[in-house]
Amino acid sequence: MIYLTLFYEFIKTGLFSIGGGLATLPFLFQIAERYPWFTVAELVNMIAISESTPGPIGINMATYAGMVAGGVLGGIIASFAMAIPSVVISSFLARGLQKYKDSKILKSAFYGIRPAVCALIAMAGIGIMKEALFDLELFKVTENIGDLFKIMPIIIFVTLLFFSNKYKKHPIFYIAIAGVLGIILKF
Amino acid sequence: MGKLWELYITFFKIGISTFGGGYAMLPILEREAVEKKGWVSVTEVMDYYAISQCTPGIIAINTATYIGHKVNDLLGGIAAALGMISPSIIIIMILAGIIQRYSALPIVESAFSGIQIAVAVIIINAVIKMYKNSVVDKITLGIFVITLAILLFVDIPTIAVIIGAFIISLLIGRGQS
Repeated sequence: MIYLTLFYEFIKTGLFSIGGGLATLPFLFQIAERYPWFTVAELVNMIAISESTPGPIGINMATYAGMVAGGVLGGIIASFAMAIPSVVISSFLARGLQKYKDSKILKSAFYGIRPAVCALIAMAGIGIMKEALFDLELFKVTENIGDLFKIMPIIIFVTLLFFSNKYKKHPIFYIAIAGVLGIILKF
Repeated sequence: MGKLWELYITFFKIGISTFGGGYAMLPILEREAVEKKGWVSVTEVMDYYAISQCTPGIIAINTATYIGHKVNDLLGGIAAALGMISPSIIIIMILAGIIQRYSALPIVESAFSGIQIAVAVIIINAVIKMYKNSVVDKITLGIFVITLAILLFVDIPTIAVIIGAFIISLLIGRGQS
């Protein structure tokens, strides 16, 4: 029953994603590995679309992944499952918000979870770089070190990294440029 | 019913005009919920946002639930959260449908192979920013390095990492106070 599995996986993701939309990435990578729903390459496309459209990234990702896995109903179920822990926990906390605001437990928990989440997202970033910049499949066949690197993508990566830190434009800007470069250069 | 509908529509508007959620949402949230509707104060919005960041779930949905809850209790919170997720569901479904239909076209394929590079850049930048905000001393540096080392060599569920970090934080928190 794909809908039940979707519901379970995404309610889990919603419950344990702490610290923003990208915190859902490590979960989505594990979903991509565990189920035949979508590949890592498709997941990277989903991130691009979710970054370039309105709405919270976490919900965009859930809708997209759910839809690829189980059609329109799958998309709706995944988004609701992703939002349910937020609504339940926040409704519960809302009653005594002032009490929790300065809670030592909450603050000290957050203090240690954030660097761990940062490491988790860094791993997801490494996974995306493997997909976009390296050709492990070809390298395994030819064992030629030159085949391991996708030269043009690596040049574009370094250039974009430099300019995005210098000019700090919205992600959509860089996604659009990279898309156009992909079409022109056909790598 | 009128209040719930108003909450739903207002958060629908906030959802549809926010690119990227999180911090990008705050100015629009302040304009709609504070200035136009007078539901909450700027300080309350900042408090909600701060708590939303360190509780589980999607920050934008958490914040919406708090504001909705203040206006109209449990149902208000649900209406606001539903308003926030509705635009995402509609827009992404339409786009995902279109992209799935045309994803096999060579031009779409090469566009996405370029876009993947931009996504790698976006994630790396996000990680750098997050690193600067979260790794603030020797303990947090230790947690970051150990987590990364474990993840590089062992295939461990994400939940186990979060729960482990949570327990370690509580132990350290106790030690400090």
